[in-house]
Amino acid sequence: MSTPLSASVDVEAVTARPRLATGFWRRALRHRSFVIGGALSLMVLFAALLSLVWTPWSAYEIDVTAKLRPPSATHWLGTDVLGRDIVSLLLVGARSTIMVGVIAVSIGLTFGVCLGLIAAARKGWTEEIIMRMSDFTFAFPAVLSAIMLAAVAGPGMVTSIVAIGIFQIPTLVRLTRGSANAIWAREFVLAARASGKGGFRITIEHVLPNVLPILIVQATIQFALAILAEAALSYLGLGTQPPQPSWGRMLNDAQTLLFQSPMLAVYPGAAIAIAVLGLNLLGDGLRDLLDPRLARER
Amino acid sequence: MSDTANAPLIEVRDLGVRLNTSRGPAQAVRGVSFSLRRGETLGLVGESGCGKSVTALALMGLLPESAVVSGSIRLDGHELVGLSDANYCKLRGNRISMIFQEPMTALNPMHTIGRQVAEPLRRHTNCSAADARREAIALLDRVGLPDAAKRVDAYPHQFSGGQRQRITIAMALACQPDVLIADEPTTALDVTIQGQILDLIADLVAERGMSMILISHDLGVIAENVQRMMVMYGGIVVESGATNTVFTRMGHPYTQGLFRARPRLGARKGTRLQTIAGTVPELADLPSGCTFADRCGIVEDRCRVALPAVVDVGARHGVRCIRTDVSMAETVGAVEHDHA
Repeated sequence: MSTPLSASVDVEAVTARPRLATGFWRRALRHRSFVIGGALSLMVLFAALLSLVWTPWSAYEIDVTAKLRPPSATHWLGTDVLGRDIVSLLLVGARSTIMVGVIAVSIGLTFGVCLGLIAAARKGWTEEIIMRMSDFTFAFPAVLSAIMLAAVAGPGMVTSIVAIGIFQIPTLVRLTRGSANAIWAREFVLAARASGKGGFRITIEHVLPNVLPILIVQATIQFALAILAEAALSYLGLGTQPPQPSWGRMLNDAQTLLFQSPMLAVYPGAAIAIAVLGLNLLGDGLRDLLDPRLARER
Repeated sequence: MSDTANAPLIEVRDLGVRLNTSRGPAQAVRGVSFSLRRGETLGLVGESGCGKSVTALALMGLLPESAVVSGSIRLDGHELVGLSDANYCKLRGNRISMIFQEPMTALNPMHTIGRQVAEPLRRHTNCSAADARREAIALLDRVGLPDAAKRVDAYPHQFSGGQRQRITIAMALACQPDVLIADEPTTALDVTIQGQILDLIADLVAERGMSMILISHDLGVIAENVQRMMVMYGGIVVESGATNTVFTRMGHPYTQGLFRARPRLGARKGTRLQTIAGTVPELADLPSGCTFADRCGIVEDRCRVALPAVVDVGARHGVRCIRTDVSMAETVGAVEHDHA
């Protein structure tokens, strides 16, 4: 019965016909990576919120007599080199992680997406100027721009957030402009122009929604990069300043004790990994869910 | 305008378009002139790259900014060449509309079809979202989309090619435009759907008293759907006239070539399709004389000297050829074909 003809029929395409979207959340809850990513991200968010009202110990209390304790009933994950409770540090650290990520990515997205969309919509000189400026910014690594900013404004969390945010702009400008240019070349944009829409409305109604799925995925990656950049800046003493805990700082503090107490590096490392993984999965899920072409029951 | 019903709705005089391509400037359209009264239909025929679509985009004001448009396009007496983009936006989709070739890509995949059909209404008229939606459903129903009221919130990917073309037609007609430009509206569709879509367009044109410019490379489509036609080659109109007249007696060797090159039913088995030798000339590098000279069977030296003037060979039937005495010696046309 299996003639070559029937064998080539795409069974998936026949059985999995797209059906009408029945509510975002119903589809969302069936999307595996969205659910897992959402759960992990919520966990980090919950940790940050919890730290505002409760931590097992104070994250700032130093007790050198109790340094480098192994996990126990009193200190669930042990203590660090200054005798601070690891669990408390992780909880409070989640706050700075989220803050750095959210603010830096927001800075990057706001400027990057606007400039990218303008470049794609206006073309010509406007595009040239925006792109050359972003190339110029791109040439300076985050660390370098953070050092420059720190020299002007003094080191600290705000400086590092702004530096990371600025560092993210060129990547997002390029991505936005590239994707937007591809959308501008599509026939439905011509059709929209033929129906009397100007550049601004086309950008908002046609270009932006079509590049949004790409931007969402990229934003989650940028979020992860921001967390890592913050860790790097903290290591150089340019990021979060002690005693304010941050996962990046914990990781870098642990570096000197890697052979004595390797677990000190594992905890913040795992926390960063969970946050990054959760965000990436969430981004993947969102991309699928936001694209009506993929809106099918799974 | 309330002058007279006889005044031309759209009047094009000596339209020229120069495009800046990577291979230098290309004169994509030269000296195109025509006028269209309310309710009249005009066909543009020609091969790919002959300037049909560029002419259409020039009328819509949608050419790239680097393109240079010369001549005059008047809509109801108002000059459109040189009009600011903001003002053009008020006309597009409102008084002049366009249907595109690829229904699969002419709709935004991210928006529901109802929203896309309602958009021109929301943009050009003061109607509320609810009214626009109601009107969109009525339009979708009118263009023959089954279950329009139920499917108005569906996305483009949930429709077939023919249905999508119906949707784009509904979009183009939303604001009751005066002029409809249909650029190869059926080329991307199945042959069985083509007829239905063309009939729908013809019905709507008649029903709403629109003028239509139909662009096609298919002589059959032109023959059945428009009152007058222009044959374009190398950016130039080589023959124009009433569709009947042109099809009865073709004057330009190029029109004749196109006519002979189309497949026909009832031809003897083994009959090969005739072709026009050679290829369409590069627009960036057009010959100085007749653009068709290099492919013409009856070319003479004097054809290559200068662009031939339009020769009147009958009632409003113009042919841009200096050898019509030879080309029209034996009648080439649909009538002749029946016993060929």
